[in-house]
Amino acid sequence: MAMDLKEIEKLIKESIPDAVVDIQDLAGDGNHYSAIVTSSIFNGKSRIEQHKIIYAALKGKMGNELHALAIKTKEKNGSKN
Amino acid sequence: MDQKTKEFIDSEINNNEVCLFMKGTPEAPQCGFSMAVSNILKILEVKFKGVNVLESNELRQGIKEYSEWPTIPQLYIKKEFVGGCDIIKEMYENGELKKVLQDKNLSFKD
Repeated sequence: MAMDLKEIEKLIKESIPDAVVDIQDLAGDGNHYSAIVTSSIFNGKSRIEQHKIIYAALKGKMGNELHALAIKTKEKNGSKN
Repeated sequence: MDQKTKEFIDSEINNNEVCLFMKGTPEAPQCGFSMAVSNILKILEVKFKGVNVLESNELRQGIKEYSEWPTIPQLYIKKEFVGGCDIIKEMYENGELKKVLQDKNLSFKD
């Protein structure tokens, strides 16, 4: 089962409202994606915790409908107000 | 996860300083992501045990529950879950992986 790029982005943004999401369809087959997600929610967390936040946002789809999603997380810096 | 599976995972992690749960074996990986991590460890000449999760469906599902991580491969170094393919690749590229090996007193090719 393939998953649409927009759907992945929507799920991530629903859980992480301030996320800046950059998704690429690596093979053009709707099956192999990479996502760079930038959010302040990651600040101060370990990389494992950061990736778990994204897995949680994807609601169990990772490893199932979503076969291949390479994830890269980035902390969001800058003024808080 | 049944008790037998949990005990098996415990014993692999306890008995192997570097333990990679993967699809296939280091000699014949069955998935590109598993191959990528296995190759990184080979390049670094790290002694590791590859555990083939495709050998049992209980293990394949069990390791995901055990680590609270939905994908395979999964790398454990001295009983600590270090990450899956994306994290290990990133750590290899930025030198963090070598630092972890060094900090944990494991030999590797610098």
